[in-house]
This record gives sequence, structure tokens and C-alpha cells, in this order.
Amino acid sequence: MATKGIRDRVAIVGMGCTSFGEQWEKGAEDLLIDAATDAFISAGVTKDDVDAYWLGTMGSGISGLTLSRPLRLDYKPVTRVENMCATGSEAFRNACYAVASGAIDMAMAIGVEKLKDSGFSGLVIASPPSDGTAAQLTAPALFSLLAPAYEKKYGVSPEELKEVLTRIAWKNHHNGALNPRAQFRREVDKATIACSPIMAGQLGIFDCSGVSDGSAAAVIVRSEDAYRYTDKPIFVKALSFVAGPATGTADPTYDYTTFPEVVRAGQNAYSEAGIEDPRSELAMAEVHDCFTPTELVIYEDLGFAERGQGWKEALSGTFDLDGELPVNPDGGLKAFGHPIGASGLRMLFEAWLQLRGEAPKERAIGSIAQGRKLALTHNLGGSPGECVSFVSVVGSEPAS
Amino acid sequence: MKRGIVAYGTYLPYWRLARPAIGAALGMPAGGGSRSVAGYDEDTTTMAVEAARVALASAPQPSRSCEVVFSTTDPAYLDKANAVAVHDALGLPRSAPAFDMIGSVSSGSAALRYAGRADGPVLVALSDMRNGMGGSSDERDGGDGAAAFLFDSTSQVVVEFLSFGSATSEFLDRWRLPGEASSHLWEERFGEHEYIPLAEQAMADALKQAGVTSAEIDHFIVTGVHTRAVRALQHSSRFPAHALADDLTKAIGNTGTAHQGLVLASVLDSAAPGALVLAVSLADGVEATVLRVSEQIDDYRNSRSARATVASQLGSAKGDLSYMTFITWRERFHREPPRRPEPTPPASPPSARHDPWKFAFTASRCTACGTRLIPPGRVCINCGAVDHMQSERLADVPATVATFTIDRLAFTPSPPMVVAVVDFDGGGRFRCELTDVDPDSLCIGDRVEMTFRKVSTSQAIHNYFWKAKPIRKEA
Repeated sequence: MATKGIRDRVAIVGMGCTSFGEQWEKGAEDLLIDAATDAFISAGVTKDDVDAYWLGTMGSGISGLTLSRPLRLDYKPVTRVENMCATGSEAFRNACYAVASGAIDMAMAIGVEKLKDSGFSGLVIASPPSDGTAAQLTAPALFSLLAPAYEKKYGVSPEELKEVLTRIAWKNHHNGALNPRAQFRREVDKATIACSPIMAGQLGIFDCSGVSDGSAAAVIVRSEDAYRYTDKPIFVKALSFVAGPATGTADPTYDYTTFPEVVRAGQNAYSEAGIEDPRSELAMAEVHDCFTPTELVIYEDLGFAERGQGWKEALSGTFDLDGELPVNPDGGLKAFGHPIGASGLRMLFEAWLQLRGEAPKERAIGSIAQGRKLALTHNLGGSPGECVSFVSVVGSEPAS
Repeated sequence: MKRGIVAYGTYLPYWRLARPAIGAALGMPAGGGSRSVAGYDEDTTTMAVEAARVALASAPQPSRSCEVVFSTTDPAYLDKANAVAVHDALGLPRSAPAFDMIGSVSSGSAALRYAGRADGPVLVALSDMRNGMGGSSDERDGGDGAAAFLFDSTSQVVVEFLSFGSATSEFLDRWRLPGEASSHLWEERFGEHEYIPLAEQAMADALKQAGVTSAEIDHFIVTGVHTRAVRALQHSSRFPAHALADDLTKAIGNTGTAHQGLVLASVLDSAAPGALVLAVSLADGVEATVLRVSEQIDDYRNSRSARATVASQLGSAKGDLSYMTFITWRERFHREPPRRPEPTPPASPPSARHDPWKFAFTASRCTACGTRLIPPGRVCINCGAVDHMQSERLADVPATVATFTIDRLAFTPSPPMVVAVVDFDGGGRFRCELTDVDPDSLCIGDRVEMTFRKVSTSQAIHNYFWKAKPIRKEA
């Protein structure tokens, strides 16, 4: 049963987002201070105006003290949340609900991750004590299972799929090159992407998102209060989150060409937002391109492309910056890296810029000029067969 | 009622190091043939499990709940009994005891002697990995492998033990201090001088006790820790030349504690009903045993898998292991690991809670809808029934590769890690590591079987669990 949602009851009135990258000079505390300060300025408020805080971080600190200590908050409620790669979005979702409930007037959702202090390649996630029976393969390997499955189901050759995945990486790097906050700010030619060293299965290093540090924050108020803070609030149309039953790894009918969790989160979000045809109604989407085949599958799971057609749409430019439905116009995880707790709010930040017409001209998307007013953000945490997924829809128009 | 072996099994690891490869790596002559090499994820405990599985698969039903005795010179743990892991991996009941009889090569003879004289069913698992310094004869001529024998008192034995003859004397020939990786050897002519008279005495004693003359012996097995003395005995003219059993050292090397068992199994694979066997083992004294192959041997052999024979296991090996890989697996050469954290060792309480899963590979099946759950769970993934599960051991159920990937970033002692999603015959899917596999020839649809392995060792804890390996046809 779908959730009813809080369509148009709350709005974002200020946002901040740090540069993402190898921030050797900054700790999680610094990143939090930077993002929060920018968000306060953006909304024209102070930390004391905010009634409650939601902090998303996977491993850069525990408890609300991780935020209250660096910001020296004055005995405010701070809730630290974690939901794998949807952590930042989860902070946002819960902050929105708190405001919608009327319990508080203003909330901040803020996410942070300081990954580059670990000294390891790729993500390192601590696990509780276990019996040692789970195969310890890495995220690239888990997501690499999508590629041969997609090829087999839709009759796409490995060479054709390589071209598709390469184009997805190329597109996101192209977009990221136009974004001063991105970790990677250079275009990467397709030959370099296609010939990059193999990490797992068919995935080369350029099929994987980077590892970076970053933070992003949003200030949320009830919609009726929103114009007191900004002329261009961004209204929350839908907030959808699901944790799957994690049966895919044990179910022989699961075929690794879809994330049922993404399908369900998307359907629920479209229901909350009243969207019937996402491809023609959305101005843009920020999706969880942790690996290139993930983005391909998401096109189909979120209804941007028909089943088995996403690869053709990717090749024809449907999701390019100047395409029919731009996906990851800011460069995505591919160009930003993936500081877990920050990514969901970083996606919202791009929606905030684009819908308000504040994106730099070189990456301003044409769909906005054509009158589209809705943006989607999406996260996926876990791996094929057992994951969590988040979908939000936000828009520049208040309730009609 | 007779006392004897009712079932047996062996395990030879997949890998062979050709002796010329040692010679080429070290710039010296190293002879021909090859030695068997345990995989990077194997130890004497895991090999004992594999040999015992082969034995139990052909065991008569009443013998399958048995005492376990484990022998090796290279135990995975000290203080902690390794036989218990073997016991649990075999899915044996808690009422069955399990003990180590370890340390010296002759501990294997002790285990056989004990089992041969006990009352109830006893499973003897002999397993060894033999090591030597680079370029040494022990490195070149040692081998890795395991053999398991299930003893019982029944009218259905396939081999009857007629006698045990011994000769014991203290002299320093081969020794190793605790913690040392390789053995010290005295000058070899002295050992020969000591061993030959002991062997003569033990053999005469065994033959006399059994009431058998040397001319009646159909199969003469000589194994031991002293190569020169073993050779001298093998070529003594007392026994018919055709009776001398191939001691397998050219193909796999000397597998220490396991070796007399491996050669005996090889003989039993083809011995005629009624055949008499004299098995002699030289290891700090000499043990000589006379055995008689029973009339049941043909029926027993017909009941076994074709892949259970020593010849089949010799034939399905991969022979081109490099010397560098060998010494890397033996932790004598240290390669840079991936820039990833070392694996976290398993914690004791969850390992104990999940013991039937972790050690015996026991999953569950929903009694409400019939869906199989791997790993076992309390809530059915299909119908949602809670606590309507029955246990199902899947260690011996084959599976098919549904999809797979090669992980070049993951931490493993032997990169890259190969991981497959496998669908079991009869239902159920599981994602696990593949081992003994050539990643380049792996295909979706390949058939695999489960094997008990040491996934990692971290913080002095061995993490044992099951992996899948390709089902190989016999050569």
C-alpha cells in the first residue's frame, strides 16, 4: 500500500553544498560547518532559528553530537540517521515529516561523509560481529552482476553494452566538468573510459563512482511560511523510501536486471506526487549512478525508458544535459564521488539550483525553459537483490 | 563380527607443482614428476573433511554416526582440537566424540591402530601438508593430501585387520621444534641402518600374528619418513615384485601422516576379494599391518562414485602451478595485498549459534510452502511463514552457476576473488566464492559442488566455510 505523503506541505528555503573531493585539509566537522553555514545564509536564518536537526552520516560520527559539537548548537534536538547510501536523503525525509507534523517550524537536514581518511581504496564499511559466512566481495563486483544479466535478457552484446556504459560515464563526466563543486572537473574521452583497468566483471575503474569527502544541507519550513525566506522555495511533492525484503540473493527467479526496491520507491513517489508519466513530466533526475550499469537499470526501473530500451536511449542522448530528460546534470556520483551521508542532499542541491534557474548557464537544462517544473532525486543502498531505495520529487510550483 | 574398514575416501588437492618447475625457479635439478599442493584456502582440517565426506558417502547407514580421530603433523590449531571442526563439517551428531591424535607422522599409525581395535564406528582422518626449505628434498618430495577410513565391527567390512606388528627404538633421524616450518634431518645412511632391522622385526611379528607367509602377500605397501630406507625395503626380494604397490610419490610426493592411507586406498581401489595386504610404515619405529580384503569389496566399489578413486583424483588435477604461487600460498613469499582492510575474523558466539550453517552447510526448507532458504532463516522468503522450517544439509547437493563475477579489488590470499550466484538442485540460491577455478573458462550454467575451505585467517582465527568448485569429470 502506497504512502499518502506530504505533497506540498513543506518546502526547502535554503541550501548549502561544499565542494566534493579529496578534502585533505578538512575533517567532517569542517565540512558540516561549511555546508550548514552556507544553508543558513541561503535561507537568511541562524542556527538558533532552526528548531531541530537531522544529521545523516554512515560512519563519520555517531549521535547528534557529531553535529551539535562543531556547530555549538544551543541544546537543540539532533537526530543522527543512517540508511546506507540513502543516508542523506533519509535525514531530509525525516526532517520534512517533522516540519509537516507541526511539531517544529523549521528543520535542517544535513549530511556528511569523510571517506578519504580511511587509507583504503574504495568504500570500507564496518560490520557487526558475524559468523564469517558472507562472501566479502566489493561493491563493484556486486554491481558488475548487472551487466551480463542485462546483456543476456535483452540480447545486447558485451561490446554494445560496453559502449552504453562508457557513454553513461562520459555523459556524467561531461556534466561534472561544468560544475565547480564536482570532484572530477574534466571531461574524459570515451577511449580512456572504455580502456580503463578492470575492477570487477566487465567494470573498469571509470565505471565506478569516486571516493570523496563532502557535505550538503537544506533548511525546511512549512509551505505557507516558505515565501518569508525566499521568493523561490522548492516544494516537496513526494518522499518515498523502501527497504527491500533482501530476498534477491536467495531467490532463483531474481535476474539481476532490475532493482525491485527502486521500482517500488518510484511508483510510491509518483503516486504521492501525482505523476503519471515521469519521462514527460520531470525536468530532470539525479539518480544513484554508483556504477554505470546501475544508472542504466535505474532508467528502466524509474520509468524513464521502457524495459530493454534504456541502453538505446542512453546511446541516443535522451538523458544528456540537452536531452529530453537530463539525468545527473550536475555530474552525478560519477563526477562527485560518493560521500555517503552527503550524496542525497547534494542531489537535492542540483534540483534546487536548476528549478530556481540558478544553475550556471553552461549546464542549465533546456527542459526547465520548456516549462517543466519537477525534479527527482534517487538513492540506492546495498546491492542487487538486497537494497534500500529512496525517491523524492520536488518542484518549483506550490500546490495549485 | 569382524573389525575392519567399512568405507574409505581420499582427497588430493587440485593443484600440482611440477618438480621441473622448482628446478627452473631455483636453477638446480629437481627431478621429474610433481607434488600435490593444497590450495591457498585449504589446510589439514579442510582436506580431512573432504576425504571423510568421500568415505561417509559410501558408508553403511548405521556407521555414519561415528567417533572422529584426526591425525596430522601440521595442525591448524594447537590446544584446540581440530577434529571437532571435522566432526561439525560432516554434520555428525553431538553424541559422537572427536579427538586429535597429532604431532608426529606416526600419529597416523596410532589412529589406525586405535580404530582397528575399538568397538563402535570410528572415522580416522589422516591429513597432512608437507613443507621444506626452498630447494630442499622435503619441499620437492613432500605432498599434501588426506585419507579417511571408517572402521566398524560388523559382518560387512571391506578390509579386515588381521594383525599389528611394531618395533620401537629412539634415534634422531627427522625432527622439528614446535613453531618451525621445516624439519631437520640426520645424515641419511644412519637412518637406513636403524630402520631396516626395525622393519624386519615388525613385519615378521605382523606376519606371524596373522599366520601368513611373505609369499602369500598380494600387495606390499611401504611408506615412511625416510626415503632411502623405504626404497631399500620396497626392493628387497622377499615379496613378489608384482606385489609392490605404487607409493604415489612420483605423482604427488610424500604426504606424511596421510601417505600410508592414500597408498592403502589406492590398493583397495583395485584389490581382488580375499587379497592379503602387508602395510609397513617407517616413522620413529615401524608399524606393520596385515589386512585381508573381504568378499564385499566388489559390491562396495560399485556403490562408490567413480570420482572417489585415487586414480580419478590423480587425473583431475591442474599441474601447472608456478613455484612463486606455491611459496606465496605457503606464506614464504609475501606479495602486496590490495589496499583493502584485512578480513574481520568471525566472532565466536555467532559462529556457534550458526554452527549447522557455517560448518555443516545446513540450510532450511519451509514446511508450509516448500521453499528452500539459503542461508537458513526463520521467516520464509516466499510465503512468510514464521518458524515453519526443517533443516536440510546441502553440502552434497550440486548446483549450477546462475551468474558470476571476478572481483579484482577484494581482499583474498590469492587474487582475484571469483564469486558466483549458484542455484542448487532441488531449489535455493546462494552467493559464494568459487575455488579451484580458472576464471577465464568459467561459464554461466557450469555445474559446481560445495567444498569446505578456510576462507581467511585473521587475528589468529581461521574462518572456515564452504565454497563452490567446478565439478570435474574424471580424467
